[in-house]
Amino acid sequence: MGEPSPVLEMTGIRKVFPGVVALDGVDFRLFPGEIHALMGENGAGKSTLIKVLTGVYEIDGGGITLGGEQVDFTGPLQSQKAGVSTVYQEVNLCTNLTVAENIFIGREPRKFGRIQWGLMRKRAAALLARLDLNIDVSATLDTYSLAIQQMVAIARAVDVSARVLILDEPTSSLDASEVAQLFTIMRRLKDDGVAILFVSHFLDQVYEISDRLTVLRNGQLIGEYKTADLPQVQLVEKMIGKELAVLEDLEDRSQRIRAKTGDAAPILSATGLGRTGAIAPFDLTIHEGEVVGLAGLLGSGRTELARLLFGADRADSGSLQIDGKDVTLRGPQAAMKRGIAFSSENRRTEGILGDLTVRENIILALQASRGWTRPIPRRRQDELVDKYIKALQIRPADPEREVRNLSGGNQQKVLLARWLITEPRLLIIDEPTRGIDVGAKAEIQKLVAELSDGGMAVLFVSAELEEVLRLSHKIEVLRDRRLVEELENTEGVDADRIMQTIASGATS
Amino acid sequence: MTIVKHRLFWPSVILVALLVVNIFTANQFITVRDGHLFGVLPDILRGSAPLLLVALGMTLVIATGGIDLSVGAVMAISGAVACLLIKDLSNQNSVGSVLLIMAIAIGASLVLGLWNGTLVAVVGIQPIIATLILMVAGRGVAQLVTDGQIINVQSSPYATIATGHFLAVPVAFLIAIAAVVLTVLLTRRTALGLLLESVGGSPTASRLAGIRSRRITIMVYVVSGGLAGLAGLIYSANIKSADSISAGNLIELDAILAVVIGGTALIGGRFSIAGTVIGAILIQALQVTVVAVGVPSKATLLFKAVIVVALCLSQSATFRQKVFGRFRPSRPAVPAEVPA
Amino acid sequence: MTTIDATPATNKSPSPTNPRRRVYLPHTKYIPILATLTLLLIMYFTGVANYENFGQPSVVVNLFRDNAVLIVVAVGMTFVIITGGIDLSVGAVISMTTTLTATLLQAGWPPLVVLPTVLLLGSLLGMGMGAVIHYFKVEPFIATLAGLFLARGIALFINQSSIPIRDKLWKALSEYRIVLADGVVTKITSVTAVVVVLIAAAVLAWTRFGRNVYAIGGNADSALLMGLPVGRTKIAVYTLSGFCAALGGVLFSINSTSGWALQGQGLELDAIAACVIGGVLLTGGSGYVFGSLLGVMVYGLIQTIITFQGDLNAAWTRIIVGLLLFGFIVLQRVVTRRAR
Repeated sequence: MGEPSPVLEMTGIRKVFPGVVALDGVDFRLFPGEIHALMGENGAGKSTLIKVLTGVYEIDGGGITLGGEQVDFTGPLQSQKAGVSTVYQEVNLCTNLTVAENIFIGREPRKFGRIQWGLMRKRAAALLARLDLNIDVSATLDTYSLAIQQMVAIARAVDVSARVLILDEPTSSLDASEVAQLFTIMRRLKDDGVAILFVSHFLDQVYEISDRLTVLRNGQLIGEYKTADLPQVQLVEKMIGKELAVLEDLEDRSQRIRAKTGDAAPILSATGLGRTGAIAPFDLTIHEGEVVGLAGLLGSGRTELARLLFGADRADSGSLQIDGKDVTLRGPQAAMKRGIAFSSENRRTEGILGDLTVRENIILALQASRGWTRPIPRRRQDELVDKYIKALQIRPADPEREVRNLSGGNQQKVLLARWLITEPRLLIIDEPTRGIDVGAKAEIQKLVAELSDGGMAVLFVSAELEEVLRLSHKIEVLRDRRLVEELENTEGVDADRIMQTIASGATS
Repeated sequence: MTIVKHRLFWPSVILVALLVVNIFTANQFITVRDGHLFGVLPDILRGSAPLLLVALGMTLVIATGGIDLSVGAVMAISGAVACLLIKDLSNQNSVGSVLLIMAIAIGASLVLGLWNGTLVAVVGIQPIIATLILMVAGRGVAQLVTDGQIINVQSSPYATIATGHFLAVPVAFLIAIAAVVLTVLLTRRTALGLLLESVGGSPTASRLAGIRSRRITIMVYVVSGGLAGLAGLIYSANIKSADSISAGNLIELDAILAVVIGGTALIGGRFSIAGTVIGAILIQALQVTVVAVGVPSKATLLFKAVIVVALCLSQSATFRQKVFGRFRPSRPAVPAEVPA
Repeated sequence: MTTIDATPATNKSPSPTNPRRRVYLPHTKYIPILATLTLLLIMYFTGVANYENFGQPSVVVNLFRDNAVLIVVAVGMTFVIITGGIDLSVGAVISMTTTLTATLLQAGWPPLVVLPTVLLLGSLLGMGMGAVIHYFKVEPFIATLAGLFLARGIALFINQSSIPIRDKLWKALSEYRIVLADGVVTKITSVTAVVVVLIAAAVLAWTRFGRNVYAIGGNADSALLMGLPVGRTKIAVYTLSGFCAALGGVLFSINSTSGWALQGQGLELDAIAACVIGGVLLTGGSGYVFGSLLGVMVYGLIQTIITFQGDLNAAWTRIIVGLLLFGFIVLQRVVTRRAR
C-alpha cells in the first residue's frame, strides 16, 4: 500500500434521484494491491456508489478516473471492458450451466466455430486451482454451495479483467469456513496487485481483511481511514452518526420512560424461539404500551426476528405465547387474528402494491382479515382512508392515486396506515424510516410514541441508534443473528453503550 | 390526462368503427321482425356470447398472473355431457330435465376448474403447463363421452339458450350479459376484485398483508371452468349437437386476445371487465364485419390478424413510447433508495 | 464464541472439494430425459410383447417417417423454450408454407427457387416476432399468437382449399425410398428430420450461440451482465423456430404432395407437449434436442400402439398424452425441488 497513484479515483460524485440526493460530493479512491472496505448503513449510498462505478447509473456530477484516464461509463459492459468487475451478493451467474462455462461464456475457446470443451475445462480448472479451488468444473453451478458459486464468480471476474474487483456483500450467506476460504482468495488476488473494493456488514470481517476503509452516511463522505487506526467503536459511531435534533417536539425521553406502566400485561412472549440459519433461539417479552427497539447492524438478524413473531417465516424451535396462550403461527393471518401487524423493510417488494391506489393499499390488510365476502363499505373506506391521510399527513392527499407515484416516505405512511386501521395490539415495524426524508422520519417517530402512549405495543426495528434510544422502553441488541443483550432504556444507557455491544459482542 | 391515452381508447374506436361500417354495408343493422331484434348487431351480440363468457373467466385468471389454456376442452366436455344426457331423455323438451342436465354439465366444468386451480395453487405448477394438461387430455375425455360420434339432440328448451329470444333480445347474449353483471358484482361489490389484483400484483406483499392467495387462486380457476362450461352449452345448443373436435377449438387464444385487447396485462394485477367485454365483442364484430363488407372470406383471417397485431402493439407500453412519445424521459428503472 | 476472526486462513487449501449442496444422484439434469427414455423402452417392449409384428424394425423406422414434421418443429420449439419463451405460431407457419409452396409450384416457379423462398419467409416471420418480443417487450405468448393469426391468415388468403403439387422434383422426393436394410425403407423426410436433430444438437452443445441460449434461459439478467448478446440471441431463436416450422411445412408438402391452409392446426401444442415430455423445462434453461426427439417418439408410439390395438378409441391418445404430461411435470417439480 502507499503506492503513489491510485488505480481508481472518484471525485465529487453526485447522484440525484427524484426527491433524494443519493450521493453528495463523495470522493473515493482505490490503490492497486489493497483491500478497501466501503462502510455505511442502509441508505448511506454504498449501493449507489457501486452502481455508479459499474456504469449502471450515470452520475450527475463529479468525475471518475481509472488508471489515470477520465472515464464515463454508460453501461456495465463498458466498465467491465475497462477493467472493473463486480461480484454481487446474489451471484450473477447462470446456475444451469457448468462451472467452466460460467467462467468462459461469451469467451469460449473455439476451433472452426466449435467450442473446445476439453480446453475450456482445462483452463477453468487451472484458473480455479490458482485460487486453491479444486472442484469438478464440468458439474453445473447449482450443484455447488453459494460460497463456491461466489468464488467461481470471482474467478470469472478476475479472468475477464483484473484491475478493480468489487465484492458487494460476498460473505453475507457464507459460514465461517467458507468466509475463510474466500479471504484466502482475496489475499492472493491482492498480492497479485488487484484492487479490491469490499462491502460487508460484518465488522470482524472488515477488520480482518481490509487495509483501508471509507465511511459513507446519508449520501455523504464521512472519511477515509486506515483500518488499523480506527477502533471498532469509532467506526460504528461514524456509520450510525448522531442525528440532529429534529425532534424537539418529542417528549423528553426520561418522561416517556416514566410514563411506562410498570405492571402492564405481557402481550407476547417468546421462549427459545428461533429458526435455523435465520436467527438463533431467543427469549423476548413485549408488554402493552411498550416500545421495544431492535438494534443491530444490517444482517444481524433484526428482520428475521421480526418475521418469526409475525409468522411470515415458520419458527423451528422454541415456543411463543400470546396473551398467555401457547400458539404456533402458521402464517401472517394467524398473527393478524391475534392482533399483530408487521410492516416489512422491503417496502417495494413486500409492502406496497404499486398498481393499486392509496385507498386500496390502506384497506388491504383489514380487508384480508375480513375475508373477501365481507367488503368494507365504500363510505367506511373513505372515512378510514381520509382519517389516516390526514393523521399521517400523506402527500398528495389523493386517495385514488396509484401508490407507486408517491415518494418513499409517503409510501411508508400508507403502509403504516394499512396496519393501523387493523387496530393491532402489537405493531412490528421494520426500518420504517429508512430512505425517507428527515421530516417524514420525525412524523413517523412521533406517531410511534403516540401509539405507545395509547396502549399499543410496538416492536421497532431500526439501524439508527438515536432513533431506537429516543423511542424505546427496552432495547434488544442483535449481532451475528443472535440476540446478545437486553437493555432497559434508563439514564445510563446511551448510544456508546449499545455500540459497544454491537461492535464487540455480548458483554454478558 | 387525455382520453387518447386511455387504454380502452383504441379498442373502443375500432369497435365503434366496425359497427359504423356495418350500419352502411349491412342490409339490416338492427330492426324488429316477428317481435325479435334482427340484423347484424343482434347477430354480433348473440355470436359473441361464448367468447365473452370464456374471456370473462380468463380475465380473472389473468388478473392473478395465471392463464387458462383448458377452456376450449372444458367447453367440449360440457357440451358432450349435456348432449349425451339430453339424448337419453324420454322427453327432450322437458324444461326441468334440461335445466337439471345443464346444471350437471356446469358442475362437471367446475370440477375441472378445481383440478386446474389445485395444480396451480397447491401443487405449484406454472399455470400455462398446468392447464395445458387438461387442454390436451380434456378433448380426449370429450371424445370418450361422445364415443367419437357427433351427438345430435332435438330439444327446444336446450336450443333456446343459443337461438331463442327473450323480450326480443337473443337469450345467448342475455346469458352472457348476466354473467358479466354477476362477475362485476362478485368482484367489485365484494372485496374479491381488490384481493385478486393484489395477488396478481405481488404475491409476496399480498401474503404479508394477510391475504390467503391460495384460496383465491383456486377460486378463479373454478370460475373460469364454470364459465367455459356455460359457453360450451351455448355452443352445442347452437348447433344442436355435441362436436367434441371443433367445440371451443382455439377459443382460448381468442379469449386471451380479448383480455389483452381489453387492457389487462398478462403479468397480472389490474384487470378490466369492461375492457374484456369490448375485446370479445370486437373480435366477433371483426369476424362478422369482414364478411359483411365483402372482404372475400379467404382474407377474413388476414384482416383479423392485421388488426390483432396493431392492437397488441398498441397495448405495449414500450411500443407506444418508442413510436409516439419522445417528450418525456422515462422514469429511472431502479428505485431511489436501494438497500446498501 | 461467535467470533470468526480467530480463523486465519493459514492452513492453505482447506480442501474445498466437499461442496455442501452436491446432489447425490447421478446427474440431476439427465433424470427427466432418462425417465422419458425408460418410459419409451417400457412402451416399446410392452408393444413387442403384446402385438405381432410390433418388433419389426419398420415400426421404429416408421415412427420417424410419420412424425418427421413434428420432430423438425419440436427442434425449433426446443430452442425457444430453453430461452424461456414459447412459439405458438409454428402450426400456422406450416400451413402458410405448404400453401405457398403448392401455389408457387403450380404457378410454374422452379422448385429450387421455391424452396429457399418459403424457408426464408418462415424465418423472416420468426425474426419479426422475435424483434417484437425483444424490442417492444410484448410477451412471447401474445406476440407469437399474433404471428399465428398472421401466418394462417396469409395461408387462407392464398388459397382455402387443398392444392395438389405436380412438380416433378416434389413428386420424386415424395416417392424416393431409401433402403436401410432388407425390407426396411424410409423416406427422404425422415432422413431430413434426423439430420435436423443432429445439427441442432451440435449447435446447442458446441457453439457460442447454443450456450447463450441456455444462459438466457437460466438467468437473462445475469446473461446481460456477463456481456452476452441477449437481444440478438432471442431474435435468432425465434428466427430458427420459424425456419424449422417452414422446413416442417416443406416436409409436409413433400409427404402429401399438396398444400392446404388448414394443415398443421394445433401442431404447436403437440410440439410443446413433446418438449415437456422430453424433459425441456418450460421455465427455460434446461433441456436437450434429443429429449424433445424422445418426446415425439413417445407421442408417436402411443399412436402406433393404439393402431395396433385396433379397438381403442383414438381419444385415448390425447388422454394418455395428458396423463404423461402430468406425470412428467410432477416429476420435474420433484427433481428441481431436490436440486435446490
